[in-house]
Amino acid sequence: MGITAVAFYLFALVSVVSGLMVVISRNPVHSVLWLVLAFFSSAGLFVLLGAEFVAMLLVIVYMGAVAVLFLFVVMMLDVDFAELRGQLAQYLPLGLLIGVILLMELGLVFSQWSFAPGHVAARAAVTPEGVTNTAALGQLIYTRYIYLFQASGLILLVAMIGAIVLTMRHRTNIKRQDILEQIYRDPAASMDLKDVKPGQGL
Amino acid sequence: MIGTDLTVILPELVLALYAMAALLWGAFRGKDAEAPLLFWLTPLVMAGLGLWIALEPQATASAFHGGFVSDTFARFSKVVVLFSAAVVLLMSADYLKRNKLLQFEFPILIALSVTGMMMMISAGDLMSLYMGLELQSLALYVIAAFRRDSARSTEAGLKYFVLGALSSGILLYGASLIYGYAGTTSFAGILAAAKGEAHLSLGLLIGLVFMIVGMAFKVSSVPFHMWTPDVYEGSPTPVTAFFATAPKVAAMAMIARLLFDAFGTATGDWTQIIALLSFLSMVLGAFAGIGQKDIKRLMAYSSIGHMGYAFLGLTAGTAAGVQATLIYMVVYVTMNVGVFAFILNMERDGQPVTEISALNMYSEVEPLRAAALMVLMFSLAGVPPLVGFFAKLFVIQAALNAGWVWLSVAAMLASVVAAYYYLRIIYLMYFGEKQAPLDGSMPAIHWAALMVAAFFMLAGVVSMFGVDTWAGAAAASLLN
Amino acid sequence: MDGLLRAYLPVLVFLGLAIIIGAVLLLAAVVVAVRHPDAEKISAYECGFNAFDDARMKFDVRFYLVSILFIIFDLEVAFLFPWAVAFKDVGPLGFWSMLVFLAVLTVGFSYEWKKGALEWE
Repeated sequence: MGITAVAFYLFALVSVVSGLMVVISRNPVHSVLWLVLAFFSSAGLFVLLGAEFVAMLLVIVYMGAVAVLFLFVVMMLDVDFAELRGQLAQYLPLGLLIGVILLMELGLVFSQWSFAPGHVAARAAVTPEGVTNTAALGQLIYTRYIYLFQASGLILLVAMIGAIVLTMRHRTNIKRQDILEQIYRDPAASMDLKDVKPGQGL
Repeated sequence: MIGTDLTVILPELVLALYAMAALLWGAFRGKDAEAPLLFWLTPLVMAGLGLWIALEPQATASAFHGGFVSDTFARFSKVVVLFSAAVVLLMSADYLKRNKLLQFEFPILIALSVTGMMMMISAGDLMSLYMGLELQSLALYVIAAFRRDSARSTEAGLKYFVLGALSSGILLYGASLIYGYAGTTSFAGILAAAKGEAHLSLGLLIGLVFMIVGMAFKVSSVPFHMWTPDVYEGSPTPVTAFFATAPKVAAMAMIARLLFDAFGTATGDWTQIIALLSFLSMVLGAFAGIGQKDIKRLMAYSSIGHMGYAFLGLTAGTAAGVQATLIYMVVYVTMNVGVFAFILNMERDGQPVTEISALNMYSEVEPLRAAALMVLMFSLAGVPPLVGFFAKLFVIQAALNAGWVWLSVAAMLASVVAAYYYLRIIYLMYFGEKQAPLDGSMPAIHWAALMVAAFFMLAGVVSMFGVDTWAGAAAASLLN
Repeated sequence: MDGLLRAYLPVLVFLGLAIIIGAVLLLAAVVVAVRHPDAEKISAYECGFNAFDDARMKFDVRFYLVSILFIIFDLEVAFLFPWAVAFKDVGPLGFWSMLVFLAVLTVGFSYEWKKGALEWE
């Protein structure tokens, strides 16, 4: 068994176990941390597949940003997770049933798996020889898949609008910093020098 | 190359650019007080695009390496989507204003969501299908929770989001299985890979089933309908009206597109699944609607049932079936626009009411409106000689011609059961107990929508205004 | 083992080493350290009185807004990497394609700026 195989089984095992721990750990913050581990080991799996860029994306975007977002969400919600866990037993049989069915279907698929006769020829975007993974992606995303690329831009725009529409509140009656006003403020506008004669006062 | 591609997607491009321009205008110039302008302009743009697509004679064209297909089928569905979205948006300004929800983002989100729907309808590739679907859904999740101070509305948004994300996940899973088998995501490539075998390979079949499950969520077909009543009830009423119309057409067109463009050679395999979805939706829609007291929940079950009938046309697997489904969707959308034009104005003392019992003796308050609603309810129930009846007749005929006898019988029985709750509304309006009447005001747009919809239900019997022949051409372009 | 995975071998070795060192330090603390815990020692330090309630407070929703806006621009930057790597190959179409993408997000950015989503208070 080569190093590649060892690494594969290691990452696969860690991602499955941490995925399980996400679901069953008692503390939601721990769940998020397990999720980070799951992302990380999946990134390892992507590297083994040769998909460097996706692996790094997983590390940067998912571990770096999405996991942090999840932490915020967990901290934002005022939910008694212990109580929620109490209901776990209630739904466990049904969940297990669905899980087992999905697993059986997967087993069925992979035991009977066959490829279409022309599937190798049909592939549209094979990485050319001697080009790194990231460069190969770069050669395709912006030109051949420009339609999907711009569509993803629109999706990000909708996400932006949605986040603002749903969560932003403009508070009134609070002090706000108005930088322009601060800059334009000068001694002439805000100071008044008075010549006070001794013994007289103003 | 890119120039010709851009001309093919020009309507989508215009709508997306409009949405962005409107967003900038809203951020820089107008505040929410000036939002009504966008509530007029956006429907105008959408209706203009709809007219443009409808009138422009154009052969089938594809762009971006087959990722985007523009054929008669796509144009037909897009026109229905654009017009229904435009009418619903026109009607929503008034309700949102009265409930202090008037924000300029609302029409922009609708416009972006419609852009997504147009992309879904024209998808020629699993990837562009998914991108369109996500663009559409993401905007819908947001507007479901638009009334963010209300626990019901946020619950609706959250529920819709979680289940929608789950269904997208299932759909992606299926898409990846299909890609794994065929080696390509383009529908033409999948069709070529599936050809030549009597039955689909197991991996491809399970991929297809997963995709159908994911899309059945989007059209709220049983057994993936759980979110519908809660989301319909919790969302602000204009949003509910929108959910019941344009996205349903888009999702139905997307299902037909995927089934016929990518799996057209394996109709024997998927018609069974669609038949099951159709049967369950019709039956559950008929029985679960009976006990409802809230008219928005009732409309949710009603739309579940109607999706069953729309699927009935697809089970035939023929051009006649697709034509029947398209006609059914047009009729369904028209009826829903009319009914929601009415529901949007159900108010008592300035407060929106949604209890069905509020309609007691409505015929005495507003005889004309009650009569229009009666026509729509009869049509929803499929009572002859209204258009709703003929729409049902077409899909049942198509299914019968394809040999689905038991399903056709079930469809007829289910429509008899469902007639109960539609007729109950009519009964309450004309023979109910007397009680405090609903407010009488109704903006002209709502009144017009209600009357035009009711008129179409009556006049459509004589002539469908060319919808039927155009639907036939659309179906033929999908199946060729 | 092909060239790509060979290039990642140091990372794997480093990872293994990091796990081993981390595990050894943790285990050493368990095995070697002297511990005599009692109820008072392990309770939260609250300056002489009992803790009033849980130390966990609800976070403001504004944190969420900031982080989701961050994610969106994070993704935008992620799209820039392959573009930069393949910049010489993508040609004018690829160049303008990215500029349009950035313009779409700039529209969103100016919207959130004007809307005041970037202000804390």
